[in-house]
Amino acid sequence: MLIYVIRRIGLAALMLFGLVCITFTIANVAPSDPAALAAGPDASRSQIEQARRDYGLDKPLPEQFLRYVSDLAQGRFGRSVATGRDVGTDLARYFPATLELCVLAMLTGVLVGLPLGMLSALHKDGPIDHVTRIFAVSGIALPPFWFGLLLQLLIATWLGWLPTSGRLSVVTEPPDPITGLLLLDALLRGQGGIFVEGLTYMILPALVLSFPCLASILRVNRSEMVEALRADYVVSARAHGVTPWRIVAVHALKNAMLPTLAIIGLRWGWMMSSTVLVETVFDWPGIGLYAVSSAISGDFKPVMGVTMIVGVNFMIANLLVDLLYGVLDPRLRSA
Amino acid sequence: MADVLPVEAASAGVSGGRGRKWRLAAWLLGRSFSSRLGLALVVLVVGLALAGPWIVPYPDDVAGAVNLARKLQPPSAAHWFGTDEVGNDILTRVIVGARLSLLVGIGIMLAAAGIGVPLGILAGMSSGRLRETIMRLTDMFLSVPGLVLAIAIVAALGPGIGNAMVALVLVWWPGYVRLAEAKALSIREEPYIEAARVAGASRLRILWRHVLPNSLSPLIVKMSMDIGQAILAVASLGFIGLGAKPPTPEWGAMIAIARGYLPEWWWYALFPGLAIYLSVLGFNLLGDGLRDILDPRSHRG
Amino acid sequence: MTTLLEIADYRLAFDTFDGTHHVLDGIDLRLDAGETLGVVGETGCGKSVLARSLLQLNPSPPARVVSGAIRFRGEDLLRLEEAALRRLRGRAIAMVFQDPASYLNPLLAVATQMEDAIRGQDSAAGGRPRPRRAARALAAELLSAVGLPEPQRLLASHPHQLSGGMRQRVLIAMALAGEPALLVADEPTTALDVTVQAQVLALIDGLVRARGLALMLISHDLGVVSASCARVAVMYAGTVVEEAPTPELIARPLHPYAQGLIAAVPDLGRPEAKPRGMPGSIPSLLHPPSGCRFHPRCPLASERCRVEKPLRRTLLPGRSVACHHATP
Repeated sequence: MLIYVIRRIGLAALMLFGLVCITFTIANVAPSDPAALAAGPDASRSQIEQARRDYGLDKPLPEQFLRYVSDLAQGRFGRSVATGRDVGTDLARYFPATLELCVLAMLTGVLVGLPLGMLSALHKDGPIDHVTRIFAVSGIALPPFWFGLLLQLLIATWLGWLPTSGRLSVVTEPPDPITGLLLLDALLRGQGGIFVEGLTYMILPALVLSFPCLASILRVNRSEMVEALRADYVVSARAHGVTPWRIVAVHALKNAMLPTLAIIGLRWGWMMSSTVLVETVFDWPGIGLYAVSSAISGDFKPVMGVTMIVGVNFMIANLLVDLLYGVLDPRLRSA
Repeated sequence: MADVLPVEAASAGVSGGRGRKWRLAAWLLGRSFSSRLGLALVVLVVGLALAGPWIVPYPDDVAGAVNLARKLQPPSAAHWFGTDEVGNDILTRVIVGARLSLLVGIGIMLAAAGIGVPLGILAGMSSGRLRETIMRLTDMFLSVPGLVLAIAIVAALGPGIGNAMVALVLVWWPGYVRLAEAKALSIREEPYIEAARVAGASRLRILWRHVLPNSLSPLIVKMSMDIGQAILAVASLGFIGLGAKPPTPEWGAMIAIARGYLPEWWWYALFPGLAIYLSVLGFNLLGDGLRDILDPRSHRG
Repeated sequence: MTTLLEIADYRLAFDTFDGTHHVLDGIDLRLDAGETLGVVGETGCGKSVLARSLLQLNPSPPARVVSGAIRFRGEDLLRLEEAALRRLRGRAIAMVFQDPASYLNPLLAVATQMEDAIRGQDSAAGGRPRPRRAARALAAELLSAVGLPEPQRLLASHPHQLSGGMRQRVLIAMALAGEPALLVADEPTTALDVTVQAQVLALIDGLVRARGLALMLISHDLGVVSASCARVAVMYAGTVVEEAPTPELIARPLHPYAQGLIAAVPDLGRPEAKPRGMPGSIPSLLHPPSGCRFHPRCPLASERCRVEKPLRRTLLPGRSVACHHATP
């Protein structure tokens, strides 16, 4: 098991290196003039030259790369040309909002997707199966930004059940940050009212964010359950009189969970990346909105910072999934 | 479970052949409601894309004429989908948008497959440093989820539909490398490849005669799905303002503007979004249906 | 002796895209309590499907019962509800499968799988399942009974850590959990090494004798069946063509197919007698040959064989043959 863990961590480190390489390439190699990009769209000639010297862009590429890596290692993501603020500080401020949203969305996706997938597999080719399959494909096909707008229109504006956008009402004083996660902070500070209010603001964006993830989990879990339920070991479990509930919930599900876990790991990264759409629609003050507003104004450093954060999240999720695989699959442990 | 259904093995030898294969495919496709729906939607989108400019009710609105006298009208007999803020017929612009979206979707998919598949097969058939290089490069691109990577690339290259396409191709090709490599690897281990090699077939011939045809089924499925996903991605970039720029009739960009006219003029955002949804749904359902046909594993039962 | 199992004119079809495959075509077999019956035939003759029919494990669709009855202690299995079948599985009829590697769940410890089987039997018996600890104790006993040393260590391990022979023993131990009256063994040794095959067969033999089990042993290998079974039924393309006491069948097969099958077995004692292969191959079950299903490969085939399906007739005491031309 130890060797397995070490190997997986090694792979994650390799992925991190790949991430650094690609962000470096995008920032310093791909553009026609990296200094102009770093200096921002409205920079004068002298400002561009200033940026070239400041960021060491006049140095040879290998040296630039080393400097880039050492900057990242110290958490230095550069400065936003639009606001002049440090990107690292901005990311620390915006990331908790995104994290909170994604955790809620992922919980929804898993808690709804898994049971629906199992249900669908158990009623394969029945009416329930057909309905859930169409539902699942819709989850992947619906443009999240459009779906978000529709929900805003229907549930927030016309029905008035939930707030339209934002993280809290403008008159509400947010709790003093402890973790930066608003719901958690509200609980820790004992502010139940703010917790409920924060939750009502989160429901719509989390729902939109979770739908594609829910759909993928449902699809993968369904097809893996169908496969597992006709596997030889299920035939023998039936022949030996194992109770049907136990066969479905343990014997088949455990086998179906392996690929399902893999898709959950992938979806965590995709979900973080689709916050750029959902947060834009719901004015959610997270890294997605930060990336989009920066990208539109030609402010490059924040975009690279967000890319880095999402990549690291993706890597960690995949590492966790790999380690869970090791826990679930005894064949990997002894390998 | 091969021993449970001996009939399959027995029947394959008896009634194989081309006619049966096509009949089986048609039967499987027709059997499933969702596959039929998918096919119908794809045919509809392709039809609109081909016939677009000739069937639209207001051809002048294609390029973005200004007709403020009839701006922001609700759906009516004259304007089924209503009109937008400069008085253009939304139905017209949605229909014309189909051509752009489809071309862009197919283009991205073809370019990505064109880069990814040869590289993947090459990696799968070779070994040592070449394989390592290709696969590490692929992993590098796969270390950031697609949409964020695409935004970063567009931010570096500058917004616009051309750069958005370039960015999406760069994001998309590694998936094809992975698929083709896995396929080539698994086929390489098959006894008949061994036999062909022993018989003295050249590497190129093995690639052409054995590896490519055998990788085709999952590739076709992935291509169908990816056209849909690429349409969605282009619309997404258009929506956040990094893709096509108005007045280009691009669905995502249309919704971006329409967003400013919510909630009062809701039809403006509704119909372009519906067009995206139905096209992506169509290609996904078709992909699912094709998988049922092409993947022999799903024939059982 | 009381009749334990009676299969009467059992017909089973598989409905697929290509049409209906007539997999089992009028099977008649009887098995008394404590009796041992071997079923032999080539791959694809329907013997595994027959074995699974006894527990109703064939996936349906595509499987469809056309006609007939499978009576266990007088009760027709084909008419039972799923819940009633469940009470039968493992408790009345237990099954051992071909490839022990795929019939054990790769992700669950041996203990979990055995406990689940034992507790499943408890609830099928109508009681509350015994606690896991008690189930585990019984599992250890069963593992000892099938000759596996260190049962505790074995229970804690996972299937991939065991050898093929050990896995098959574990599956046999699981089959014993419900104290069945009939053990159905479907090619139990095919996936094993030759040396292990003999051990597993000896184990099954011993268990059958010690516990007074009835045994239905299914194999493509006449040698395997002849060592363990008092009687043999020879199957061809979904029909039983000959049934006889084992020594008599081997000494003097009456059906042309049985003759060919025996001639095809190499004799280690007489290497000069070359085994003879049979011409042709198994027929399509989608469009089975008319009349006698063996007639296209049969050296004795006549016009009558092409037209009329031969019924199985008793030619000698305890021996019956489905052939127009067979004589005692």
